[in-house]
Amino acid sequence: MQKIPQKIIHNKYLRHRKKFPHVWCPGCSNGIVLGAVIRAVAELEWKRSDITMVSGIGCSSRMPVYVDFNTLHTLHGRAIAFATGVKLFKPELKVIVVTGDGDATAIGGNHFIHAARRNIDLTVILLNNYIYGMTGGQYSPTTPIGDRTTTTPYGNIDPAFDICELALGAGAAFVARTTAYHATEAQTFIKKALVHKGFSLVEIICACPIIYGRMNKKGDAPAMMKSMKENILSIKAYEKLTEEQKEGKIKRGIFREVIKPEYTEEYDKLVKSLQASIGEVDNDRT
Amino acid sequence: MRYWEVPFGKEKPKTPIGEIHILKERCKGCGFCVEYCPKDVLEMSDEFNSKGYHPPKIVNEENCVNCGLCEMICPEFSIWCTLKEEVALEN
Ligand SMILES: Cc1ncc(C[n+]2csc(CCOP(=O)(O)OP(=O)(O)O)c2C)c(N)n1
Ligand code: SF4
Ligand code: SF4
Ligand code: SF4
Repeated sequence: MQKIPQKIIHNKYLRHRKKFPHVWCPGCSNGIVLGAVIRAVAELEWKRSDITMVSGIGCSSRMPVYVDFNTLHTLHGRAIAFATGVKLFKPELKVIVVTGDGDATAIGGNHFIHAARRNIDLTVILLNNYIYGMTGGQYSPTTPIGDRTTTTPYGNIDPAFDICELALGAGAAFVARTTAYHATEAQTFIKKALVHKGFSLVEIICACPIIYGRMNKKGDAPAMMKSMKENILSIKAYEKLTEEQKEGKIKRGIFREVIKPEYTEEYDKLVKSLQASIGEVDNDRT
Repeated sequence: MRYWEVPFGKEKPKTPIGEIHILKERCKGCGFCVEYCPKDVLEMSDEFNSKGYHPPKIVNEENCVNCGLCEMICPEFSIWCTLKEEVALEN
């Protein structure tokens, strides 16, 4: 095999000797997102041992397998629950959760909204490909109306979640959306989310050309990337459109970036104040 | 005299020239690198790798400007670019 130089930043952070080539299909966006995560971490110059990457089950959730951080590959839908445990046990770790649309908003929906509500310092990178990729293409809570999946062979009639609106409603402190096509933007948003103190969500719209693309005749992988470029517009460009033109378009950008009391810090304060008061009681006794 | 040619004594801008490296065995032939290279340096080849995919091949190596777009968009980490040299812009 050809030699891979260490100075290439991707290779510094990948388990490339053991785990590559990865399992994702040709043209799947998950690899592009992994690249963006790695470049964001490299820019911040964080050590590999300072980061813990946690995921559930799904194609997107296989990401921790390939990176050389501390990694946890857990149960379907429970990534945020495990990550909460890691963060509370070792608050100095930077905890990244990688999850899919099914993982985070179907089976793991409650963990997702309550982590946002509590404002616990996690960075959730949600790869939204509109479908359950790993199990063969069942519909997910984000599948658009009319789309065909194995469980909606005549077209989906369920209205879809807007994940960013859901997170905003639940009180998340940092909410952003971008796409795998906008790889540099994804890198910047991930970097901002990583340094943000509190719950941060970066939703990345991804292409699943092999299952979602084929079932819905979206063309090959480059065609799906092109349609992301055309239909997912920056907030500025989106606001300029008339109501009719907004049909079928989605906006991307940072929707909220605020600082709020963070859960692990509040918890720590509570523990310290209680310990201090118990200490006083003990002192009285002696 | 054309003073503006050397503003503030700054050197003339240079164009980087890149060298491309392709890990053919890892490629899955998605075609993104060929699609997004702004300088049309790459093309899909007819050759197969051991998994049966067509990796890209280099057709205009001298045009590569080390922009790194192919490296950024490749989902397989199978292509990257390094700086070979920098040449002064013509004229
Ligand atoms: C408790 C449990 N229920 C169901 C499954 C089956 N399962 C595995 S992956 C998956 C869906 C993953 O979809 P998503 O999170 O959207 O990720 P994608 O594969 O699309 O990236 C399901 C239902 C499971 N592994 N565990
Ligand atoms: S099934 Fe879809 S999401 Fe899963 S690896 Fe293949 S293209 Fe990617
Ligand atoms: S570095 Fe830029 S110019 Fe060179 S091959 Fe890659 S995309 Fe093309
Ligand atoms: S982007 Fe990567 S995987 Fe896709 S054809 Fe180019 S080298 Fe191969």
